[in-house]
Amino acid sequence: MMSCLRAVNVRKLYHAGRPDETCALDQVSVTIDAGEVVVLAGPSGSGKTTLLSLLGCMARPTSGEVFLGERSVGRLQEHFLARLRREHFGFVFQQYQLLGGLSVLDNVMLPLYPAGMALSKIRLRAEELLDRFELRDKKHKTIAQLSGGEQQRVAISRALIADPRVLIADEPTAHLDQELAGRLLAHLAELKAEGKTILIASHDPSVINAGLIDRQVLLRHGQLETGER
Amino acid sequence: MQRPVNLLEFTLGSLWRRKYKHLALILVYALIVATLGSVLFLTTALKHEATVSLVDAPEIVVQRIVAGRHDLTPVSAAALIEKFPGVAAVTPRVWGYYYDSLIRANLTLIGLSGQHQHLDLLEGRLPEQATECAIGQGVAEAFGPGLGDLLVLENSAKQRAEYRITGLFRAESNLLTNDLVVMSDAAIRQFFSIADSLATDLAVRVRNPREIGTIAKKISYNLPRSRPITRDEIMHTYDTLFNWRSGMLLAVSVAALIAFCILAWDRATGLNAEEKREIGVLKAIGWETSDILGIKFWEGLVISVTAFLLGVIAAWLHVFVLGAPALTPLLKGWSVLFPEFRLTAVIDYYQLLVLAVLSIVPYLVCTLVPSWKAAVTDPEQILRGE
Repeated sequence: MMSCLRAVNVRKLYHAGRPDETCALDQVSVTIDAGEVVVLAGPSGSGKTTLLSLLGCMARPTSGEVFLGERSVGRLQEHFLARLRREHFGFVFQQYQLLGGLSVLDNVMLPLYPAGMALSKIRLRAEELLDRFELRDKKHKTIAQLSGGEQQRVAISRALIADPRVLIADEPTAHLDQELAGRLLAHLAELKAEGKTILIASHDPSVINAGLIDRQVLLRHGQLETGER
Repeated sequence: MQRPVNLLEFTLGSLWRRKYKHLALILVYALIVATLGSVLFLTTALKHEATVSLVDAPEIVVQRIVAGRHDLTPVSAAALIEKFPGVAAVTPRVWGYYYDSLIRANLTLIGLSGQHQHLDLLEGRLPEQATECAIGQGVAEAFGPGLGDLLVLENSAKQRAEYRITGLFRAESNLLTNDLVVMSDAAIRQFFSIADSLATDLAVRVRNPREIGTIAKKISYNLPRSRPITRDEIMHTYDTLFNWRSGMLLAVSVAALIAFCILAWDRATGLNAEEKREIGVLKAIGWETSDILGIKFWEGLVISVTAFLLGVIAAWLHVFVLGAPALTPLLKGWSVLFPEFRLTAVIDYYQLLVLAVLSIVPYLVCTLVPSWKAAVTDPEQILRGE
């Protein structure tokens, strides 16, 4: 199968050269195939979120390489990385990171504002997604007026509006009860069936052991423990 | 082309989201612009009034000085000055100030023959007899009479003096005619008890403007107790006076503007956690640094231009509709004793442009720099709150 994302010997230092320098990832290599659903597991502080950030072009590695397809992207200038994030990735953050005060519809439309598409088209696409995630009647509400589960569905809708190849989710069930976590996994299974590559960072057993997961990559203290082929 | 439209749409939505905060900012900002604008408008308008009032003034006015003070001039001096080469005409003028305790205002009473300035009558005609007068709008408004009514004053002998109003003045400069009462020379002499051999001053017309200085020196030399004042000197005095006063006010106002900029800078450099998070989220979902700067630019521009326009409109209303009640005592000085007058609306567009640049550009910088600092960092760092 063709590789979709690849990290080769990546190392990530925070506050490099300062007394509080921290090595979040050390010589980690991992390959994610197109259409695969991979969960990055490990305890808190193991480097899951950092690896997601590097693979999602949100941060640059201190050393090592990150590939999107066959192209090395780890050293690209920021505006190229931003475009890659917009066109190839959809992100569902741990705290959802929705903009309070904006309506549900506006939040979902956000990634495509700078894409140069007509607002009417963006709005139409956002409404289709809100239909799909049963949020149509909530589209004019603000984020503060939604429940946790609804907020997460808004976050997934926002992640999908640019029709990305890869969906990245950081601890997606951290704030959900069992029932809502089950519904989320059902949504992710639908997306897998559509051919999306899905990368999830989680230490929740219900996610790690879910049927849709193809492979588990275990991290500990910033190093790969198991999971790389 | 669609991209900037989308960003502008987002910006307007974003401004609306924090409408109370932005409204407060715009109000403070507009208040500062209004203060600066009021000073500029008022100074420009007063200078304009002064300039207009001097356009038709004689090239030289000769006053007699006794013990360092202005005294009445012998009319016979006119014949001597008329003989100087280059002098076209010398006219003895009779005029004086009259303080009316009823309306608590100073009026200028001037004889018809000494009135060189071009004054259009709004209504009626100039006085032809010693019992008639023409008055400015300020006088008419203060006393209440109209055309054909009587103007009743108290002369220097503390006796009642009545004048039939035959004309009301209209002039480009309100300052020029507002407090004016024009009468025949005989009426003025009688009112102020000025002898026929004396005049208040002498108005000297000079054929060649380049000769003005030379003729003034000759007058000074030949009439040792005289003080010739050229029109340019008066102009220069007005300029200096208004520039100094407006300069003082501007210094205070600019200090306020600088304080505002520091405040804005402080607020902006300390982007709060929520604003930083928003920038991080936008970057994480694919917005470029230039997109973030684009929305911050639009945001700053909308706020600063709105505040600037509101401030300029407020300054205009303050100066030209309300008569600048907050600044008049400082800028007009002794002339507050005049009957109230309305300034002619004059705007110096260069000054307005400077005001726009001085108020809009610093605010844009204050908005853009910290946003740029936040936007160039990796979104992951912003999301981690570093």
